[in-house]
Amino acid sequence: MADGGGADPPVLRVRNLSVTFTGSGRDVPAVRGIDFDVRAGEVLGIVGESGSGKSVTALAATGLLPPTARLSGSIRMGAVEVTTADAETLRTMRGRDVGMIFQDPTTTLNPVLPIGRQVIEGQVAHGLVPADQAMSRAAGLLREVDIPDPEARIAQYPHQFSGGMRQRAVIAMAMAGSKRLIIADEPTTALDVTVQAQVLAVLAKRQAQTGAAVILITHDLGVVAETADRVAVMYGGRIVETGEVADIFRHPRHPYTVGLLHSLPRLDIVAERLVPIPGQPPAPARLPSGCAFHPRCPIGRARDICRQDDPRLRELADRQTAPGHAAACHFPDEVQALLAQVAPKAAATAAPPAPDQAVPLLEVEGLHVHFPIRTGLLRRQTGTVRAVDGVSLVVRAGETLGLVGESGCGKTTTGRAIMGLVRATAGSVRFAGEEVTTMAPPALRRARRNMQYIFQDPYASLNPIKTVGDIVAEPLRIHKLFDGMGGMKRVAELFELVGLSATMLGRYPAEFSGGQKQRIGIARALALSPRLLILDEPVAALDVSIQAQVVNLLQDLQKELGLAYLFIAHDLSVVRHICDRVAVMYLGRIVEQSDKATLYATPTHPYTQSLLSAVPVPDPSRRGPGGKGGADRIVLEGDIPSPARPPTGCTFHPRCFRAEPRCAIESPIFRDFPGLPTQVACHFAGPRAMAPT
Amino acid sequence: MSGSWQRTRAAAWRVLAHPGALISVAYLAVTICVSLTAQWLLPIDPLYQDLASTLEPPGATYWFGTDELGRDILARVIYGARTSLLTAGGAVVIAAAIGVPIGLIAGYFGGWRDTILMRIVDVLLALPGILFAMALIAVLGRSQAAALVAVGITGIPSFARITRAQVLSLRQRDFVLAVEALGGTAAYNMFRTVLPNAWSPILVQVVILSSVAILLEAALAFLGVGIPPPTPSWGEMLRTGKSYLYEAPTYAILPGLALTLTILSLDTLGRTLATVLEDRREVVEDEAQ
Repeated sequence: MADGGGADPPVLRVRNLSVTFTGSGRDVPAVRGIDFDVRAGEVLGIVGESGSGKSVTALAATGLLPPTARLSGSIRMGAVEVTTADAETLRTMRGRDVGMIFQDPTTTLNPVLPIGRQVIEGQVAHGLVPADQAMSRAAGLLREVDIPDPEARIAQYPHQFSGGMRQRAVIAMAMAGSKRLIIADEPTTALDVTVQAQVLAVLAKRQAQTGAAVILITHDLGVVAETADRVAVMYGGRIVETGEVADIFRHPRHPYTVGLLHSLPRLDIVAERLVPIPGQPPAPARLPSGCAFHPRCPIGRARDICRQDDPRLRELADRQTAPGHAAACHFPDEVQALLAQVAPKAAATAAPPAPDQAVPLLEVEGLHVHFPIRTGLLRRQTGTVRAVDGVSLVVRAGETLGLVGESGCGKTTTGRAIMGLVRATAGSVRFAGEEVTTMAPPALRRARRNMQYIFQDPYASLNPIKTVGDIVAEPLRIHKLFDGMGGMKRVAELFELVGLSATMLGRYPAEFSGGQKQRIGIARALALSPRLLILDEPVAALDVSIQAQVVNLLQDLQKELGLAYLFIAHDLSVVRHICDRVAVMYLGRIVEQSDKATLYATPTHPYTQSLLSAVPVPDPSRRGPGGKGGADRIVLEGDIPSPARPPTGCTFHPRCFRAEPRCAIESPIFRDFPGLPTQVACHFAGPRAMAPT
Repeated sequence: MSGSWQRTRAAAWRVLAHPGALISVAYLAVTICVSLTAQWLLPIDPLYQDLASTLEPPGATYWFGTDELGRDILARVIYGARTSLLTAGGAVVIAAAIGVPIGLIAGYFGGWRDTILMRIVDVLLALPGILFAMALIAVLGRSQAAALVAVGITGIPSFARITRAQVLSLRQRDFVLAVEALGGTAAYNMFRTVLPNAWSPILVQVVILSSVAILLEAALAFLGVGIPPPTPSWGEMLRTGKSYLYEAPTYAILPGLALTLTILSLDTLGRTLATVLEDRREVVEDEAQ
């Protein structure tokens, strides 16, 4: 991979780069000897989990590391050697040649400066744009990233932009002038999937126009498969595998890459069970000896050479892989066998055991949750946020209902209203036949024993000053069942049930990793033997390899304990993997509901269709003929409207590709779609006419 | 519980690692010990009047001289510490016992309870502390108890506000919501989940308010409405001592010095405590980030 022909010199050339942080008293190696090149017009995807060193690599390339970092090796950006350059040279380089796009557009933009000024600021400071032309050039840049009405928009402030528009403004800023290298660090992670599709499209378009080299850092293999030309997979501060994107996905030769690819629930393949990577990603401060991956590796776990010797990144010599494909593994040939072993078994086509149709455990009807907006001195109500605006759903004993939607659609509020954590404005919630919304507090507390909630963020949902044993015992103590249900023995049982050792009972939450914390949260929820779990994005905050562990645990528990799940998520792939039926929410309402197979095969609501088409699939061969982005992708325009001012008629009509005048006036009724087990709320519902291929 | 004890001890060691805090704690410890044990350990009596030797300069018998009634100044300063500490301690207990629950209830429930409770606190806050204390003493009469209650009441608003601010941010945290979802009552959640997570700024406030209370007690005594004589008190000594500044400079200087050092120590300790508790780093070694 050192040089691929040499037609033109690479824009960025990194050789034997190591970064060690010295701030904490002892040396923490974040990056340990990596080489890579990026050429003009190319997208290099750097993939890795937290702590893999991918973001540090990006910061090193632009000379933005803090002074506690010690660098060795070489980073050449054109004629500049970044590792030894003085501050002024670096500043000029960053202003003229390098653009950065960070994860969170809300913190990247200065809230007190107008967008136009921020977008063009760097160009003016570096004397690339005369000050008197700044505003017209800023408007031009915003137009390039598809922001409507840019002349008016340049005078606005970041808070007047939606999340997707902000990230597009950041792209406009990063790509202003003739930048030669763009570093995008998780550019779409904070965005919804339909907005992500817009932003990736804009990024690709601007790259084609400017011919810049792009380094795309991400944990999302789907995004890489769709946008990158080459991939570098990082683990424990090293590149463990690199090559052409298609080649990496088709013929991975490092066990970690194989593990990543198969621990991922996918939209296009229904696997019976995910194959997680055991253990958790190592912290840079305590890397295992030898190959950093060996403790989690099915090939190297028991081998001395893997334990003692860190393999170099070597170009592969086997016939299947393309040139330039290199892996850092002692046994790349054995990976093929491993691949065959873990290849997704096509799910048993037999219909899933039909959940007992007779017993609806949870029935929600016409649920509304409205929050008043109060303004002014007298706190008069001036508006209403319609967070949940008429949701009806049924969860039967032992089944999983997925509730899917983008941020702000009201899915979390729905879950909390069912639990009684948020007061419902109207509607009914019946649990096992009993009305929950009108219960007096003591009765509600008793009802909650059978209905438990699992939070998205395992870091925030455990009391930091209690031991995990006390946390899991807390529900028993609250309901005065601690002794009745076996005391600490019960707690130890729960720990074993979720795959944790009972010897950890005396530790504090801070001593656990994210995946373990989520297991503790699950153990707590199971303490009272509930019949229904409401899971609010239970895996969204976890690393890819850990997600699969938790998803498998949830499936095992459901089988073992006969639990019903209401699974709230934005990730359509996870939902497809775990749910029996799926309900799609948009702006406080369910727009489509069906069984899983039908919904994913023949979605009938235009929103469901665009949502499904926007999900990046981790398979480069499914890229459309146009190159980046799917061929039949529907890229929705605009952002999700605010639930404080929902559009008239069908709330989806301003973004809908099928909208007609009627949609703006008349709100569609949620009803059965003929011929399918689907209910849908659309005037023009129907399967999507596929583009001829 | 043993774990939280370990954490408390670890925090204490981190406080003592700061030299300023170490000196302050040492000074306060000596002051407290000496003032509490003086009647058994030291051959001095703050009330004995040696009328033959009034306003004596420092010497072998009376190290720091005598006052206008021939009483030992050193003995009166040592016993005066007892008055100050007792008033401060009692006042802080009263202020915390009333202020913390007010803040807890207001912050946890919000709505009308919040509005009513915090308006009451605002009214209390609007009254100048020393005027309010004087008015209260005028009603209750001069006594140790009156001084204690008066100073205590003026400390309620700061506890209520600090607790409320903590509770407001904790209330929205997932782990508080989690206990609610588990079926915990509001009282359980307030006292078992929210309050234990909010104690660190409250503790800092305890230290800071102690110094404010000592100062306020001294000010009341200086104005002649504090604890009635002959009980020794620093403020009272300053008040009389200022008239004899030329004849017996130590009369006013010694209690002034004791007062200054005590306030300085408490403030240093409070500030160090705030810094240490604020960047209380959890053990995150096992986490990737």
